[in-house]
Amino acid sequence: MKHRKMKLSVLVLALATIAVVGGCKKKQVPAAPPAAPPPPAPKATLSVSPESIDRGASATLTWSTQDATNVSIEGIGSVQPSGSKSVSPSTSTTYRLTATGAGGSVDATARLTVVEPPPPPSQPQAEAAPSDEALFAQSAKDIYFDYDRYDLRAEDKAAIEADAAFFKAHPSMKFTIEGHCDERGSTDYNMALGDNRANAARSALIQAGVPANQIRVISYGKEKPFCTESTESCWQQNRRAHFVYGQK
Amino acid sequence: MKRFAVLSVLLFALVLPAVSQDWIRTGTGVGGEKLRLAVPDFKIISADSRSAALDKAFNDVLFNDLRQSGIFEMVSKSFYPLGAIGGPADVHLDQWGTPPPKAAMLAFGSLGVNGESLQVQGWLFDVKNAQNPQVLAKQYRESATAENARRIAHRFADEIIFRLGGGVSGIAESKLYFISNRTGHKEVWAMDYDGAAQHPVTRLGSISLSPRVSPDNSRIAFSSFLKGGPNIAMWSLELSRLVNFPSFGGTTLSPAWSSDGSRIAFSSSRSGDPEIYVCDQYGNNLKRLTSVHGPDVSPVWNPKTNAQIAWVSGRSGLPQIFIMESDGTNVQRITDQGYAVSPSWSPNGQFLAFAWVRHYGPGAPGASDIYIMDVASRQWVQLTHDGGRNDFPSWSPDGRHIVYQSTRSGGEQIWSMLADGSQQTQLTFSGSNSQPNWSWK
Repeated sequence: MKHRKMKLSVLVLALATIAVVGGCKKKQVPAAPPAAPPPPAPKATLSVSPESIDRGASATLTWSTQDATNVSIEGIGSVQPSGSKSVSPSTSTTYRLTATGAGGSVDATARLTVVEPPPPPSQPQAEAAPSDEALFAQSAKDIYFDYDRYDLRAEDKAAIEADAAFFKAHPSMKFTIEGHCDERGSTDYNMALGDNRANAARSALIQAGVPANQIRVISYGKEKPFCTESTESCWQQNRRAHFVYGQK
Repeated sequence: MKRFAVLSVLLFALVLPAVSQDWIRTGTGVGGEKLRLAVPDFKIISADSRSAALDKAFNDVLFNDLRQSGIFEMVSKSFYPLGAIGGPADVHLDQWGTPPPKAAMLAFGSLGVNGESLQVQGWLFDVKNAQNPQVLAKQYRESATAENARRIAHRFADEIIFRLGGGVSGIAESKLYFISNRTGHKEVWAMDYDGAAQHPVTRLGSISLSPRVSPDNSRIAFSSFLKGGPNIAMWSLELSRLVNFPSFGGTTLSPAWSSDGSRIAFSSSRSGDPEIYVCDQYGNNLKRLTSVHGPDVSPVWNPKTNAQIAWVSGRSGLPQIFIMESDGTNVQRITDQGYAVSPSWSPNGQFLAFAWVRHYGPGAPGASDIYIMDVASRQWVQLTHDGGRNDFPSWSPDGRHIVYQSTRSGGEQIWSMLADGSQQTQLTFSGSNSQPNWSWK
């Protein structure tokens, strides 16, 4: 009994800490109500290996879930709670797994990039190297932002450093940074905010030694969302600086 | 409450700018009550089969224009004496001046189709002035189309509003420009002020945002993704095509005309940070006005003087409304909290309308509503309370109306209202429609 009480108070303390910390950091998230313990929210992970394939090749989707009664993957249908499956789509595909249980539902996504097979090589050594675009898709990691903010988060410093190292190693690779915002807020203001986000990523890359002429910046505001649901996880997906191969 | 009362008085002064003067002149009433106006259906005086349909279109538009003007109390048609009225000879003023109609003013007339021409005669009578009742007599002749029946009704309504509304021109012939995705892309669209005749202006197949018509109604400045990133595009309404406008680079958007049409203010990140700039109407003589890090967008001129600019800045965190002189000096923040965007300056220079989520943050789930603020006193009043996200207010040329976008009926649609928040009317119903801009005349 005592042990249980102790456990409960630890839990309450943890919840309170989360609420306080969360309250300070992300103002838009309402504090979690300390109500009766809800059924555990389902958890889900989904990954694809490799993340990029040539057209015609196949990749393996692997997923696992907890506390879910109903698990499905868009385009595949209902699946076992955990498992793996070989896929071979003809175009780049985002797989979305939805796990539903007593505690709600949760989504997990994985992106498989399908690359046009390179034309028959005229030079024998071109055969082994993956295309620049595939390499870019594998290596350039998007940067995400807090609500109404355009400063880089501390936890993204490592990602931007990895991005910078990759771009510096491939100086011939021109690319575009797209600034995006979530659906809240006003159209015009979000265009400016998206611009600030893309430029924050650009400045960090230039500071890390990436030549400015390698980078182009464009803001889409909230005009081209990655995800269209009105949920925080979806909004977070949309608050980003997105790296795109090439310069239109 | 006190704040509301004070602003109500200000608003009243705005909505009825010089009515008291007018009332003394015509001797038709006292105090602040709205004038009771009766408008019996115009009498059909031709046998042509098109007459009935044109007469109905005319009567509906005329009645709606006068009702929407905000200066009349329209006498219900069920109170009217029996018998059609086609001209002065049919009018018995004693029937109209006493209850139940108890009208102070009477507008009436006739409509006929003769060959290809539509002829309308209209009168406005002062019911209390039995000796000399005629205030207005007008004749119109156009080719016989429903569009022209509507147009004549708008013109006659504007004559009545001008005569009885303190000499302020009516808005019945003004236009609304807005963004709609009905063709599958965000394009610039236009419609009449009452929502009629909605049609696309551009067919660019790109993303178009924030259209602003020039004061002479000849051009529309907007932002377009046509050439990569958003830039200012200039559409000629006379040539029905894009005309040349320089590309400033970066994210360039939210153009705004000065009221003399000579200058355009806008936001551009050509320096790497979104700032407010001003150029002339052809895009020359560029001048930067702001230089603080963070988003600066949505400038608008004080149309009375063109000496001040209001805009939105995120320099202090969440976006707020600021004002400055049009040379960039004397910057003042005029909203104190929340999330404030999309300013629109009233034609008389007295008020700013804007969208405001006043209480923002955890535990204060605010809605985005339309507010207006008296620029001199900084007193404000909330105009929308009915839910949904309300944004992008734009003043009518008479300063009595505001058009805006709202999600209260589901998706984004265009609504209009009187500048005191009454008579909220939905104007668009299909597709997603946003960022309305009211023409200058």
